[in-house]
Amino acid sequence: MVAVTARTIVKRFGATEVLRGVDVHVPDGGFAVLVGPSGCGKSTLLRLLAGLEEVTSGEIRFGERDVTRLAPRDRDIAMVFQSYALYPHLTVRDNLAFGLNLRKTDAATIAGRVAEVSAMLGLDHLLDRLPRALSGGQRQRVAMGRAIVRRPQLFLFDEPLSNLDAALRAQVRVEIRKLHDQLGATSVYVTHDQVEAMTLADQIFVLNRGVVEQVGPPREVYEHPRTRFVAGFLGSPAMNFLDGVRVEAGGLALPGGQTLAVRDPAPFGPAFQPGRPVSLGVRPHDFVVRADAPDLVVDVELVELLGPELQIHARLGGAPLTVCLDSQSGVARGDRLPLAVRALHLFDPATGLSLRA
Amino acid sequence: MSPSGQGRKVSLAESIGAHLLLVVAVAFALYPLLWVVSLAFSGAVEPTPRVLPVPLEPTLEHLRGVAFSTLEVPGEPDRWLFGLQLANSIVISLATALVGVVIAVPTAYALARFDFVGKEGGVRALLATQMFPAVASAIPLYIILDGLGLLGTRSGLVLCYATTAVPFAIFQLRGAFETIPRDLEEAAMVDGATRFEAFRKVVLPAARPAIAVTALFAFMSAYNEFVLAHTMLGREEMYTVPVVLQRYISEFSADWPKFAAGSLIVSIPVMILFYIAQRHLIAGLTAGGVKG
Repeated sequence: MVAVTARTIVKRFGATEVLRGVDVHVPDGGFAVLVGPSGCGKSTLLRLLAGLEEVTSGEIRFGERDVTRLAPRDRDIAMVFQSYALYPHLTVRDNLAFGLNLRKTDAATIAGRVAEVSAMLGLDHLLDRLPRALSGGQRQRVAMGRAIVRRPQLFLFDEPLSNLDAALRAQVRVEIRKLHDQLGATSVYVTHDQVEAMTLADQIFVLNRGVVEQVGPPREVYEHPRTRFVAGFLGSPAMNFLDGVRVEAGGLALPGGQTLAVRDPAPFGPAFQPGRPVSLGVRPHDFVVRADAPDLVVDVELVELLGPELQIHARLGGAPLTVCLDSQSGVARGDRLPLAVRALHLFDPATGLSLRA
Repeated sequence: MSPSGQGRKVSLAESIGAHLLLVVAVAFALYPLLWVVSLAFSGAVEPTPRVLPVPLEPTLEHLRGVAFSTLEVPGEPDRWLFGLQLANSIVISLATALVGVVIAVPTAYALARFDFVGKEGGVRALLATQMFPAVASAIPLYIILDGLGLLGTRSGLVLCYATTAVPFAIFQLRGAFETIPRDLEEAAMVDGATRFEAFRKVVLPAARPAIAVTALFAFMSAYNEFVLAHTMLGREEMYTVPVVLQRYISEFSADWPKFAAGSLIVSIPVMILFYIAQRHLIAGLTAGGVKG
């Protein structure tokens, strides 16, 4: 196993700069998830780690080894593709053995490893089938098996679950994490799915427009987003943002003339002065109903029942707001809903940076 | 009646209509062919106009006459002329298919996968060569072959056929390679393959149906070609079968029964080839390799 370090990676395709000086460090045995919207450069970064693209500038090291200019085959990596990329003319067995055959591994070892991996992934009864005779979930497993069987130093995953249906995705997600804990190999995983990012990662790298906006353990990134972008990207439904201005009394003047009391302004530092405009962020799950002395009162426009909870689309002044409450809370369309805010985030409206010091 | 019953009724009528149409189309396509068969087996000297293509006075005489034609050279034993000519056709067509595929596969792959200077210009130039009928190049090719001393030889004719077979094969195969996902090669390279190994072990097998079709096409166009063969080949024992067949029809007389018998015999190798290639022509070999 090996630590992965990428330093000041720049990648241009013609005039388009896809990665603009990205730094990544994944410790030995770590599970890093690169997450971001499409076009943020996360897949490109993964392909650079794989050696399928060449960096424009920067350096990639696996442990002490400089692999920046090495061909994929010389990097000792395995990759699971979004499309699975199973060799269509080879049986499951031969798909699994392909890499070992190329490396001239002896037949007994290959047979042993294939048996071991197929038992691990429940592929025993499928070994003589061609990929076209497999279901989506089975193909995904073969793709995983093909990566595992080689015992590489580094696993790379390029959105491996995005072609599975929701139920299977949740199941395989759990299996991937279990496999990681079992094998202990360093893994880098690309996804645009924030649930995958939150659940799988030791470290989340949130990418936006070719730069890493924030790195950290999932909980830290979720609870203390450093930028408005990160705050809006992680969490479902997305965080609500409202324009506000700090008033003399210590609260925030919000659209529609209501004032939200900021009970503990200390973490937001000296810049949080009266008259200062801010972007207020509140997660939909950070509202609770409070009839006596509410922080805010919103107008309910639509209520969606999602099973255990209600997703409420409301307005504060003219601004739209999403609120998630328990399904038993009895909120109906047209209500004036009194709410308290459990946690709030403040961002600079110009730079998008968190005011939290 | 239930809506689904009505649905079935409509589809039955449609099915009958479609089958009628197919029967007419098949009859239209087969009728001339049946006439060829009838003529080939007819003992009557002159073909007489009639509706049903049934041989009159059935005989194998014409088939024998064509198949066992001999070349008489004074002082030497007679040689089996038609055998030589059929072999010429097959050898020349196989060679054309081989040359076409061997040159086109790497070219098409490069065009499908790499960007390089002059790519688009080169492709346009190739396309331009496809716009001229082969006859237009007959005279220049004749002069070139003459210069090379290849006039009247099989290899010379293969060279001529390659000028059209190669560009066509390149276009066919380029399209085929473009449909093979890059992920497959990249997976192979991550698995430890060089680019060439990825090409040989993953791309080529995936492209096998397309390559088979392309080879078959090159074979067929060479096997059926007449004008260039007639122009470049002088001696009777070098003829290909289209030239042989044409010799039964002259300005003043036409030996239709022999022409028909010859046509039947020369279509046998093609039928065998199609039968063999069938296995490779099964579509969807790449299905299932990527996505769900």
